[in-house]
Amino acid sequence: MAGKTLYDKIWDAHVVDTQDGEAILYIDLHLIHEVTTPQAFAGLRANRRAVRRPDRTLAVADHNVPTEGQALGVDAVADEEARLQLQTLAKNVKDYGIEFFPMGDVRNGIVHVVGPEQGRTQPGMTIVCGDSHTSTHGAFGALAHGIGTSEVEHVLATQTLRQKKAKNFRVRIEGEPAPGVGAKDFALAVIGEIGTAGGTGSVIEFAGSAVRGLSMEGRMTLCNLTIEGGAKAGLVAPDEKTFDYLMGRPATPKGGAWEMALAYWKTFFSDDDAVFDREIVLDAASIAPTVTWGTSPEDVVAVTGKVPGPDTASTPDKRASITRSLEYMGLEAGQPITDAKIDVVFIGSCTNSRIEDLRSAAEIVQTAFLNGLLVAPHVRAMVVPGSGLVSAQAEAEGLDAIFKAAGFEWREPGCSMCLAMNPDKLEPGQRCASTSNRNFEGRQGRGGRTHLMSPAMAAAAAIAGHIADVRDYL
Amino acid sequence: MDAFTRLDAKVVPLPLANIDTDQIIPKQFLKTVDRSGLAEGLFYDLRFDEQGRPKPDFVLNQPAYKNAGVLVTGDNFGCGSSREHAPWALIDFGIRSVISTSFADIFYNNCFQNGLLPVVLKAHEVQQLMDEARGGNHVVSVDLEAQTVTSPSGAVFTFEIDPQRKIKMLNGLDAIGETLQAEKSIDTYEMKRALSQPWLEGA
Ligand code: SF4
Repeated sequence: MAGKTLYDKIWDAHVVDTQDGEAILYIDLHLIHEVTTPQAFAGLRANRRAVRRPDRTLAVADHNVPTEGQALGVDAVADEEARLQLQTLAKNVKDYGIEFFPMGDVRNGIVHVVGPEQGRTQPGMTIVCGDSHTSTHGAFGALAHGIGTSEVEHVLATQTLRQKKAKNFRVRIEGEPAPGVGAKDFALAVIGEIGTAGGTGSVIEFAGSAVRGLSMEGRMTLCNLTIEGGAKAGLVAPDEKTFDYLMGRPATPKGGAWEMALAYWKTFFSDDDAVFDREIVLDAASIAPTVTWGTSPEDVVAVTGKVPGPDTASTPDKRASITRSLEYMGLEAGQPITDAKIDVVFIGSCTNSRIEDLRSAAEIVQTAFLNGLLVAPHVRAMVVPGSGLVSAQAEAEGLDAIFKAAGFEWREPGCSMCLAMNPDKLEPGQRCASTSNRNFEGRQGRGGRTHLMSPAMAAAAAIAGHIADVRDYL
Repeated sequence: MDAFTRLDAKVVPLPLANIDTDQIIPKQFLKTVDRSGLAEGLFYDLRFDEQGRPKPDFVLNQPAYKNAGVLVTGDNFGCGSSREHAPWALIDFGIRSVISTSFADIFYNNCFQNGLLPVVLKAHEVQQLMDEARGGNHVVSVDLEAQTVTSPSGAVFTFEIDPQRKIKMLNGLDAIGETLQAEKSIDTYEMKRALSQPWLEGA
């Protein structure tokens, strides 16, 4: 009999029962936030149901919090709808006894930054949240994915989810990446390779020496973007780096329980003889710093490359979509991507707002600063740390001072301009170098133009005032 | 979700065809964070004038139809956007069953997720119910078990329903209810897990 994949092992460990061909899968950790939960709690109330495992549920306020004045509290939030959602969450978690890091609490932040940071995210777990980038937690070897509001209610009430099993897809990235190339470039290169629907119906396991070489932060960036490749979830098998990261975090086991947990976690890897439905291999050395040019995460180009034209498309549909993207983005086919002049730089989101992301951006900014360079005068640049703790750590390391000295705004944590549900928005026509995960039309504000890239690349763009090759700023 | 077995309730006629979900619950009521409280917006533009005053001639504003539990209405009820707020609003208002000659698909499905029973009858039967409902304070009986509707005068009409759906409605099972039928398995799973992964307990 063939061995099992990492996904098979997690799946098998969580099947509680089967009904009408669907598995009832046990959920170990349920992360919730203000936007996708109010109707779920209302549903519980209407049906007089309890939350089955409040102790396996954690709430944060992140999607629509303002990134300034958080200490003033929820009642000071200017946007009426946002305020109501935040107040509703506060009431719901109180009524049902769920742990909550409210806005302004140093432990609060973007849900996918907070889970790992607190050690809530652990190998071999099943993790869900009403946000599609829940795939981030796959970096720890946990099966993690986004769910809808009716499913949120289902998990609250039953601590399970009705699921059909997905296919096994392995992406191996082998070899040494060039300097200035990291997880974000890997992720964009993978999406460019497989397309935004390439992972549909699959769980992708990332493997290979270049993936092993990534830090936990890098692995989170990689898994975060799996969803943009259409996959259900992304996974990286846990290893010493994973365990080192988790040790001593508030919610990880201590003492004898740690040893017991460790032994369990070490069983989560794909067997040598496991069979994957599909596998691709990428050469890390051939991946350049990558940015997006269009309105889909698969519209990628090496920073040294040119904006593609409709003639590069294989089908009439594709041609039409390239034409439309170029028009929306205000770009000409054939122009070097580095010609694109930037108005806004956003360093943040659950893709790239962890301490390591901020360090890599700050390094570029500091080097430039020592050479007498600041943020280009026409650029509004902002850094939004992923959590209060990331922010505090960065401040302890003096990163905030470097950013501020160079002309960046240093803001308070939250999702911010990743989805522009709070006041941080692009104006129509503004072009943004963004470390987030979606460059869809209007994602960062109506008419806004988004180029996805790594934090170091975004920092370089801020200094240059246009899309720039980070390697010129190392 | 509440089980639906047999409902004896006041009937209200709304003899209009193609009532879409935007008429059932206009979009300004979708910003809510709650599922309850939507009754206020039910048939808002039909019920209230521009100044927000109740229109006296609209059936649901007339005292004789107060606390109605069954709505009899025209063809293709619930067409338009897929908003689940439509059944939520009807239920919040106290309507537990809607009778028509036909329903829009998504609305029909959403009803079963929320314990609202949509009943399809023949055109002349629907017409008879509307006639008998006139004047108000008339009671019909909707019996899911027997698949019959009994009119105020005692006429009995039968209706069809998918057997799976019928069972779920009778037992008050939505997806959550269905899963909870396996609650024993969940209990067992949790007990085993508490032994094998004790560090996940009592966090
Ligand atoms: S940062 Fe963006 S993608 Fe991440 S949780 Fe917030 S809204 Fe979702």
